Amino acid sequence: MQEKLPDSDRLQQELGGGVSRVSFDAAGVTSWDSGLMTFLLRCWDIAAEKQLDVDESGLPKGAGDLMKLATAVPEKKDTGRTERTRSLFYRLGSHSIALAEETWDIFTFLGEATIAFLRFFGGRARFRWRDLWVVVQQTGAEALPIVALISFLVGLILAYVGAVQLQKFGATIYVADLVGLAMVREMGAIMTAIVMCGRTGAAFAAQLGTMKVSEEIDALQTLGISPMEFLVLPRMLALCCMLPLLVLFSDFIGIIGGLVVSVTTLDITFQQFVGRTIAAIDLPNFFSGLIKSVFFGVIVAATGCLRGMQCGDSSAAVGVAATSAVVTGITCIIVADAIFAVIFNIIGI
Amino acid sequence: MSTEPPKIKVEHLTMAYGSFVVMNDLNFEINKGEVFVIMGGSGCGKSTLLKHLIGLKDPAKGDVYFDGQNFNRAEDEEKLLMLQKFGVLYQGGALWSSMTLAENVGLPLGEFTSLSQKEIRDIATFKLSLVGLRGFEDFYPSEISGGMRKRAGLARAMALDPDVLFFDEPSAGLDPISSRRLDDLILELRDSLGATVVVVTHELASIFAIADKAIFLDAATRTQGAIGKPRELRDQTENMAVRTFLRRGEEEIPEVL
Repeated sequence: MQEKLPDSDRLQQELGGGVSRVSFDAAGVTSWDSGLMTFLLRCWDIAAEKQLDVDESGLPKGAGDLMKLATAVPEKKDTGRTERTRSLFYRLGSHSIALAEETWDIFTFLGEATIAFLRFFGGRARFRWRDLWVVVQQTGAEALPIVALISFLVGLILAYVGAVQLQKFGATIYVADLVGLAMVREMGAIMTAIVMCGRTGAAFAAQLGTMKVSEEIDALQTLGISPMEFLVLPRMLALCCMLPLLVLFSDFIGIIGGLVVSVTTLDITFQQFVGRTIAAIDLPNFFSGLIKSVFFGVIVAATGCLRGMQCGDSSAAVGVAATSAVVTGITCIIVADAIFAVIFNIIGI
Repeated sequence: MSTEPPKIKVEHLTMAYGSFVVMNDLNFEINKGEVFVIMGGSGCGKSTLLKHLIGLKDPAKGDVYFDGQNFNRAEDEEKLLMLQKFGVLYQGGALWSSMTLAENVGLPLGEFTSLSQKEIRDIATFKLSLVGLRGFEDFYPSEISGGMRKRAGLARAMALDPDVLFFDEPSAGLDPISSRRLDDLILELRDSLGATVVVVTHELASIFAIADKAIFLDAATRTQGAIGKPRELRDQTENMAVRTFLRRGEEEIPEVL
């Protein structure tokens, strides 16, 4: 049916010169749908523009009634949905204000989190220990498989990359040093933190965001229970304790990855590899990775919870919060790692 | 009794989101034991007013008093004490989804009283039985229907035997019978607990059934339209917005009301 109706341009032409009245002959029409209605609405618009009379008596009854409904309320023109292009200064200004507010929010959050920690160490924080253990399980034991997989592969890759270069000097045994040092100093901590950021940071943001949308956080507040203590504190505590443990695990698995490559493809024996590794890794190197991991734990938990608490009140906002938690988290982890690299360099670890 | 200050007093309250003013200069008093209804069209700021009363939002201007004490300017410790005298039923119930119904009701008890686990459990069972949910103690909020969640939310709001109960759109999403039952429950609770009740709603049937006093928020003028008994407002007020609202847009009083 629709292809037989004239299109908009043709309609405009036909109704152009000399026509003063539009009427319809729909005697042959047996059934119709919204296709007819859009056509009619176009007729009405053109007729109104050219001030033509419209005679709707020829239309099927339902269609005429629907047209009356559709034209009963005139089109609202000033809904203001078409964004005006603002001047450069306006946009610069509003971005600066938004940035300042964002920074303020972050500092407020960090301040409140610090107070919550202080209250915890003073033994006055209100939260349920059971919640803490649940988060510990989620961020600890349940993360082991993915951390193991990633770490093993990173160890493996490091060994291959190192082997190609070291073979040129006939020094393949140093693959053990390379893998061991890289894992404990950098890769173990940073890969685990990034995995946890994608896994747990996003989950925190989504959990808290959903609680915000369903007014669960409001319900805590009106009962006088601080959401910072009740929801954020257990998450931060759990992650600060679990991330270093996961990093230890990751270091170990990564070195095993290197060991597998060395023993199977590089003619290094198991004993040689283990001996070199033990000789290469000293305590300062080992601890530099662990110290970082505590801070990474704080970063992952804080960004996840921050974005969750900032969440707007729609389901789309929860998605935005989760995405933003991961992006902020990973960025902060890399920046923190760079800062640590500089500091460790200065104090000579 | 006349010397007692009103339970809740709002003075020159202006509510705003940033620079956007929602309502200007609200003034009203709620007496002890009253059922007070905040009514108005959709999006006029009813829920925002509720958020101001329960301290989730700070007023742009003006003050809220409870028992003659300034709520907004109270120190944290005082505010905490005042908050414990409130019970709030949120629109969707807002039960904590990681806890069972009994844990939901029991959490405020565990936080603010020195009762033992067993006593808390008994009280939770009792509060749940008041709203007809006995036997559902160990269900999670996701396992029960919307109406049940709302009733469980009410049980939680009553956990600390509050002086003031706030309801945000209690009948939203309920069928007429359940909504009627909830209205009856509100009145019974008021009578038996002696609580003051503040209800946000735009359900006319509910307004006429429960309200002792009602305030109309007028979205057009951005301030309060009129205050009074809903029936008197409907029959006598000069304010056209209030009149049309209470008569469902008709000039004659609709028969169903």
